[in-house]
Amino acid sequence: MKKFEYVIKDEVGIHARPAGLLVKEAKKYQSKVTISKDGKAAEATKLMALMGLGVKCGENVEVSVEGADEDTAFEGIKAFFEANL
Amino acid sequence: MVKLSGKAVYKGVIIGPVAVLKKDEAQVKRTKITDADAEIVRLTQAGEQAQAQLQKLYDKAVREVGEASAAIFEVHQMMLEDDDYLDAIHNMIQTEMVNAEYAVAVTGDNFSEMFANMDDDYMKARAADVKDISNRLVRNLMGQEDVDLASMEPSIIVADDLSPSETVQMDKSKILAFVTVHGSTNSHTAILARMMNIPALIGVPMDLDEIHTGMKAVVDGFKGEVIFEPSEEICAEVEEKIREEKEKLKLLQTLKGKENVTPSGQKINIYANIGSVSDVGYVLENDAGGIGLFRSEFLYLGRDDFPTEEEQFQAYRQVVQTMAGKKVIIRTLDIGADKQVDYFNLGKEDNPALGYRAIRICLKQPDIFKTQLRALLRAAMYGNLSIMYPMIISVEEVKRIYEIVDEVKAELDEAQIPYKVPEQGIMIETPAAVMVSEELAQIVDFFSIGTNDLTQYTLALDRQNAKLDDFYDPHHPAVLRMIRLVTDNAHKYGKWSGICGELGADLELTEEFLRMGLDELSVAPSMVLRVRKAVREANV
Repeated sequence: MKKFEYVIKDEVGIHARPAGLLVKEAKKYQSKVTISKDGKAAEATKLMALMGLGVKCGENVEVSVEGADEDTAFEGIKAFFEANL
Repeated sequence: MVKLSGKAVYKGVIIGPVAVLKKDEAQVKRTKITDADAEIVRLTQAGEQAQAQLQKLYDKAVREVGEASAAIFEVHQMMLEDDDYLDAIHNMIQTEMVNAEYAVAVTGDNFSEMFANMDDDYMKARAADVKDISNRLVRNLMGQEDVDLASMEPSIIVADDLSPSETVQMDKSKILAFVTVHGSTNSHTAILARMMNIPALIGVPMDLDEIHTGMKAVVDGFKGEVIFEPSEEICAEVEEKIREEKEKLKLLQTLKGKENVTPSGQKINIYANIGSVSDVGYVLENDAGGIGLFRSEFLYLGRDDFPTEEEQFQAYRQVVQTMAGKKVIIRTLDIGADKQVDYFNLGKEDNPALGYRAIRICLKQPDIFKTQLRALLRAAMYGNLSIMYPMIISVEEVKRIYEIVDEVKAELDEAQIPYKVPEQGIMIETPAAVMVSEELAQIVDFFSIGTNDLTQYTLALDRQNAKLDDFYDPHHPAVLRMIRLVTDNAHKYGKWSGICGELGADLELTEEFLRMGLDELSVAPSMVLRVRKAVREANV
């Protein structure tokens, strides 16, 4: 399992559009991608759960990647966060 | 055949298919099922249908409003594929043996509740998206039509009522007529119908469950009648009437290119009122001498965020260039009252017509105002543009506006952006402005009398309240005396005075307006030639 922490820079947080894009990105990999904030966690492939975390700008999230392709998934997801969130 | 009566807001006759626009949520009943797998197959099919509908909406939105605003439909598509959402529906069908409609409705409520309870306003608003996709699924399951205005053939729009943002989003070439249950003769549906030259009936006591998209109907604006599924006899009668109307219109066409001059030689300008860039076509088609009222709200309605200076500049420039030297009077934003826009965050008011609207917003939130002014001053370089400020009640307001215009000039100078300060006038639509019109005439370039609001404020009658239509006397002497007073005061200081409200198109008053010496009448494009005819035949 690989993990990284990330502080959200997008003004409105993980809102609908980027959450949707994140789901698309996460579905590219076999690995399970989990986003957690304050003890609540959501799978990155589940749009509503993800939005339900209510992650706002300036908040810290933990992203964990676990599975067969976790190295590529880790790089891909990390790049996605940096570019979009 | 079902014949119903209503109040006609535009006299014309049309025959065509009906498109029902329903806003209310479908009524869902809980029923027991025996085959859960079959129910899930139905659900899957409804989901696939929804994906296809959303794809169409997305493509249309990308073309018309751009990718950023279209993204919401993509998000809806993804929400429909959401595992948790689908699992919850499947689970309910399987364990409770209930119909898919019910499972979707309950699950939709639960998920939207989750969003509604979040402490973030943005996420709270997503509750509406969950509701929207759930309603779409339910509609598909129940076999109810999703009215797709983009791909439908030209239709008679039948609805409970239409909001300004709904009418703004419609493709106008697809609308044959409006028939609504609610609304008043001065509502936006009515104004739009008059502009587009199409029949419209309001206050029609219809049961929308009995009327279906695709049904044939006849709308007769002369009789104030709508007939659903008309008999062949009636169809033939109506076709004949439509032919006669076309003949009359042809006769009016012969007035194109002619002057607006009375038999004794008095001249008046006849301009047109429009609400969007695409309406300029109607202005030219009907040979108006200019645009006397360009409602800039269209730039603000039907979107999620403020229009940028560049967007506004492009729109204004396009209009003044298309009008090629003819006058284009652009009214600064008149949001508030009956024209609500979410992102302005105006909040509910007990008395919106007397509330925070129009110039009041502009003076309190000068950032919004300045963006529009910058765009206007820049666009003034490209043609004959005038700026008009709405809802003025005092000289001080106009002075404050000029200060803001000066600030905008200084900013543009500093950024070395070319601009021109055009003619600036005001709307006279409050009794206060009438009473101080002598003072106002000394500091503005022109007056344009907004008779709809002026009448509403003078008679203390709410124009959105259909119950009051009987009390609403547009020819009330109080209003007519005000028009005379305002016009006299304008002329005293060498300024011009016009009318841009619905009254300007009232052919019974054309002679009286000429006697008062009004310099301009700005009317719906479809009325330009009719008013010209009245002027040319006037006994003045």
